Amino acid sequence: MTADSQWPLWEVFTQGSKGLPFAHAGSVHAVDAENALLNARDVYARRGEAVNLWVVPSSAIVASAPSDAGPFFDPGNDKAYRHPQFYKAPRGVVVF
Amino acid sequence: MTRPSVAGDRTSGAPNPLVDYLLRVADDRLVLGHRLSEWCGHGPILEEDIALSNMALDLIGAASALLALAGTVEEKGRDADALAYFRDETAYRNALLVEQPNGDFAVTIVRQFLFDAYSVLQLDALSRCGHADLAAIAAKSLKEDKYHLRHSSDWMLKLGDGTPESHERTQRALDTLWRYTDELFVKDAVDHATAALGVSIDLDAIRAQWHQLVTDVVGRATLTLPTSTVRAAGGRVGRHTEHLGHMLAEMQIVARSHPGATW
Repeated sequence: MTADSQWPLWEVFTQGSKGLPFAHAGSVHAVDAENALLNARDVYARRGEAVNLWVVPSSAIVASAPSDAGPFFDPGNDKAYRHPQFYKAPRGVVVF
Repeated sequence: MTRPSVAGDRTSGAPNPLVDYLLRVADDRLVLGHRLSEWCGHGPILEEDIALSNMALDLIGAASALLALAGTVEEKGRDADALAYFRDETAYRNALLVEQPNGDFAVTIVRQFLFDAYSVLQLDALSRCGHADLAAIAAKSLKEDKYHLRHSSDWMLKLGDGTPESHERTQRALDTLWRYTDELFVKDAVDHATAALGVSIDLDAIRAQWHQLVTDVVGRATLTLPTSTVRAAGGRVGRHTEHLGHMLAEMQIVARSHPGATW
């Protein structure tokens, strides 16, 4: 296949059960939002995997570039004062 | 399971009207499900291929449950497989609409839409009928068929109100298939006999609701409701168009070549 001759691409997010965050499941081709929702249901949610669906045009996603890796994600582990590990968590607070 | 005759069965073999009734409801779904399964691997786009196969599985699943129930009610030892694979064309009780060939995508969608609109209304009524097992199967299938109707209605709008070519093809499909819709709503002796058993749905009311639903979608799809009064019927008593025999030959050959085989 040469260029992508298919319909526009949509990203699909599924919610496994109520209260859980939506997670990226994959993508589908579709001509419009309703079509994308139906296709997403058929491809990603027909075996009880989800209780809710989001579809978002892939073109609406703004992504970081590989060249951003350094400036964006190099965590600066050498600067210990940037990390909040020195606080005592109050009882009942979950520490991640 | 009782080993069925390899020669097949030419009659529905059903003096019990409820068996005949269940076969009608089941065969509509088995035949349409098989038609949709013919799209598997040939869909216009991957996602639609999956959607059509999904609907095929829903319909065949409903047919399987209904045929099993028909076999139980009949009390002749025939299970769902025996009824699906060892009945001949003349013993099939599906409406002519669902056996029509897939044609192009527009024909498949129009056929699906016309049936889905009927099926949702029929199953809704059956889910409240006096036969508990049938009502339970209908209630389960109704959820699936509501989705089918949403899918086929959406495509009616997209194809009808799409390009000049998609509009023209969809209108042609509607004009061709319209003659088969009347049969869905015709009452006969089987309907009257099952009404006495508590299995009764108001086909006149369903026809009116169906007409309203179809008129609405056809109008929004910028299509024209056919005015032709040409009607074709016969499927409910086993008189089918030439297409069903070919379809069944393909559907039944493996089971008939290896009767009783398991895998």
